[in-house]
Amino acid sequence: MADYTTYTTGEPVTDTKAPTGPVADRWNTRRFEAKLVNPANRRKHTVIVVGTGLAGGSAGATLAEQGYHVVQFCFQDSPRRAHSVAAQGGINAAKNYRNDGDSVHRLFYDTVKGGDFRARESNVHRLAEISVEIIDQCVAQGVPFAREYGGLLDNRSFGGVQVSRTFYARGQTGQQLLLGAYQALSRQIAAGNVELHSRTEMLDLIVVDGKARGIVARDLVTGKIDTYFADAVVLASGGYGNVFYLSTNAMNSNATAIWRAHRRGAYFANPCFTQIHPTCIPRTGDHQSKLTLMSESLRNDGRIWVPKAKGDDRPAHLIPEDERDYYLERIYPAFGNLVPRDIASRAAKNVCDEGRGVGPGGQGVYLDFAEAIARMGRKAVEEKYGNLFDMYARITAENPYETPMRIYPAVHYTMGGLWVDYDLQTTIPGLFAIGEANFSDHGANRLGASALMQGLADGYFVLPSTINDYLARNPHTEEIDAGHPAVTEAVAETEDRLNLLLAVDGDRTPDSFHREIGELMWEFCGMARTEEGLRKALDRIPQIREEFWRRIKVPGTGEQFNQSLEKANRVVDYLELAELMCLDALHRAESCGGHFREESQTPDGEAARRDEEFSYAAAWEFSATGDAPVLHKEDLVFEYVHPTQRSYA
Amino acid sequence: MKLTLRVWRQQNAEAPGAMATYEVDGISQDMSFLEMLDTLNEELILGGDEPVAFDHDCREGICGACSLVINGDAHGPERTTTCQLHMRSFEDGDTIDIEPWRASAFPVVKDLVVDRSSFDRIIQAGGYISAPTGTAPDAHATPVPKPDADSAFEHAECIGCGACVAACPNGSAMLFTSAKVNHLNVLPQGAPERETRVLDMVATMDDEGFGGCTLTGECATACPKGIPLPSITAMNKEWLRANRKVRR
Repeated sequence: MADYTTYTTGEPVTDTKAPTGPVADRWNTRRFEAKLVNPANRRKHTVIVVGTGLAGGSAGATLAEQGYHVVQFCFQDSPRRAHSVAAQGGINAAKNYRNDGDSVHRLFYDTVKGGDFRARESNVHRLAEISVEIIDQCVAQGVPFAREYGGLLDNRSFGGVQVSRTFYARGQTGQQLLLGAYQALSRQIAAGNVELHSRTEMLDLIVVDGKARGIVARDLVTGKIDTYFADAVVLASGGYGNVFYLSTNAMNSNATAIWRAHRRGAYFANPCFTQIHPTCIPRTGDHQSKLTLMSESLRNDGRIWVPKAKGDDRPAHLIPEDERDYYLERIYPAFGNLVPRDIASRAAKNVCDEGRGVGPGGQGVYLDFAEAIARMGRKAVEEKYGNLFDMYARITAENPYETPMRIYPAVHYTMGGLWVDYDLQTTIPGLFAIGEANFSDHGANRLGASALMQGLADGYFVLPSTINDYLARNPHTEEIDAGHPAVTEAVAETEDRLNLLLAVDGDRTPDSFHREIGELMWEFCGMARTEEGLRKALDRIPQIREEFWRRIKVPGTGEQFNQSLEKANRVVDYLELAELMCLDALHRAESCGGHFREESQTPDGEAARRDEEFSYAAAWEFSATGDAPVLHKEDLVFEYVHPTQRSYA
Repeated sequence: MKLTLRVWRQQNAEAPGAMATYEVDGISQDMSFLEMLDTLNEELILGGDEPVAFDHDCREGICGACSLVINGDAHGPERTTTCQLHMRSFEDGDTIDIEPWRASAFPVVKDLVVDRSSFDRIIQAGGYISAPTGTAPDAHATPVPKPDADSAFEHAECIGCGACVAACPNGSAMLFTSAKVNHLNVLPQGAPERETRVLDMVATMDDEGFGGCTLTGECATACPKGIPLPSITAMNKEWLRANRKVRR
């Protein structure tokens, strides 16, 4: 078998379907050029949507409103539990309600710059344009955004920008936006336009004659494996941060839908671009099953510091002011505590590596509200952050109004994902990817309050326009026959895999393998990466895979509710995806955004991008498990925001 | 910590269930309750037994998936979700009873997992504002007085976990239903569907087999998000008002 790292470079990706012309006109141009489906014909088209988070929920509801027949899936017991529900801080929109100089162009500029010049300008501009409509839509649905006494909407600022453009619903913005989408979807379910399959997990994609025509899914209650057919398939299955085992993702968030689509031919772009969020609650021990995020909005009023002296283990209140290092304010005076996430995370890692970290194991920094409480009063702080403070107190048994919070970076979001063109279509015709599942808008680093924006932009506005074009050009041809070889093969592969997991009867649990791959990834493909470390990981991953298939133990049967089997099957895919992430990180010998290669830094230790070599999106084509994939480059062209070394000083 | 767990085991909806007893050792005070169950499950798997099935996902207290009755209380002794309950709330040597939500409208799927799709159907009956994508006016076209916006938010915080039903001696879903009715009915955007919303949601709630409300108040005590008991009386008022208006 060829060495996995000896990848070859294939044809570059040249056609992204983005129109040419002024960037501000491109979305209008594309919408006008897209073919439409006659309203009367729409109900003859079936669209499968996998996932019910912000992207999937809003897409399913909107497609159904347009008249399409939607068949939607979620593995949770209800669409309302998708992990978008946990997003705390807010959603950006270029409304300029603060009259502070914001505009669509500024949001576009901030997002391209924040993404460290690794996103497609056309897509990002469209996102900024649509941001405005999203707020209107959500308010009309009854999303209870924070308001001021005059009855108008309130805003706050977020990391990496200097305007207040973030709309929020206390610390539960994701929950409120998700419930808005869920309620719109519920209305369509009641109307019979959406057929919902909850507790049903997609396990494979069905590709017939080169087009995505359906999925293989398992009913998680009965264990029954079924096939579902459609004229197009939309993946809204979220990101793959759980490959790290410990992350802020929900326990059941997983990469199976996108990885199976990748194995069937969809290119996977920029897998190494993962976001490590700076403000999470530090872990307490080996029993830790997940990490909890504290909204980045806390950085608006909280000040981050560590002791100046190494190994200073006095309690925070005994460390005098002049012996504290407010390192973000010191290094980045212009943005201070509001630098982008990747920069804040790396700075925290650096001070901890220097031996100045606080709390158990020295893996933490203080986020201190003493100054904010003195300035605004405790009541105002409670009003703004009460639920976050309560959550912190519950988890740590410490009172953050009295002692500073301890925070540490944790895996939070994945900018990489399935490669999509301007229409959000993957390299498999008829297969679309939206929300965190695609790679499209955040480049190498996502700014705060932009994930909710992108999920809803894709689901409410972009996909419902662009999918028309595909369906109009690919009119319903013939019914898929359940006996078609592409169908029987996909079903057989799925059944064989599950049966094998049950048959091995080894001596290790699915969780033990998940933990092992996660620790490996955190060490070698986490906040800082080196060629040496990545090569170590790439040597180790095939060994873990081999051991997995020898030693995995899954009790019970496949014909029942079996959470161990679900978990083991997801770990199978992590064990392959992890390898691609490491290879992508190895090949990208530059630092950019969330991807920091120690070999590529400026003299003062900041990330050094290498535009002349790496100004492209890396789209990987699958060959076979453990075999070297093929790299397709999509060159990035910057006509409006000219790449500069990011500076937040 | 060393604990004795008495856990409800039930193979599927049709099979009879029973309490099973397990011992767990080496439990840390800092563990969450679900991490304690993870520990038990890892041991069960290695011993060739089926792990205890339970619903959980975000483990941050917001998705509403986790749903355990612990020592007779929905979500256990603290006012929070099961996932945010920590073992520091228990003592070394404790015996802990763990059961699923008990309500006829929430049939058991397996062990501690129940089917709460009846909640989804209550929302489908009217727990939304009809605003198809693309139809919205500018967000500032309709100012909402801050007290109304705050009240809407307070009710919108419901996570749909079902603790209210599990805690209620009648298995009533009044607190859940009233949270959504009050969230939407207090807003100007919700006004056009104000009457049909409350009538249809309450009718569906009754059809799903939830019990009647006798204002016992257990629901509001168990609610991890603090949806207040007067939410129910406010919905009753909405319902009476809607009935009068529709009849006229």
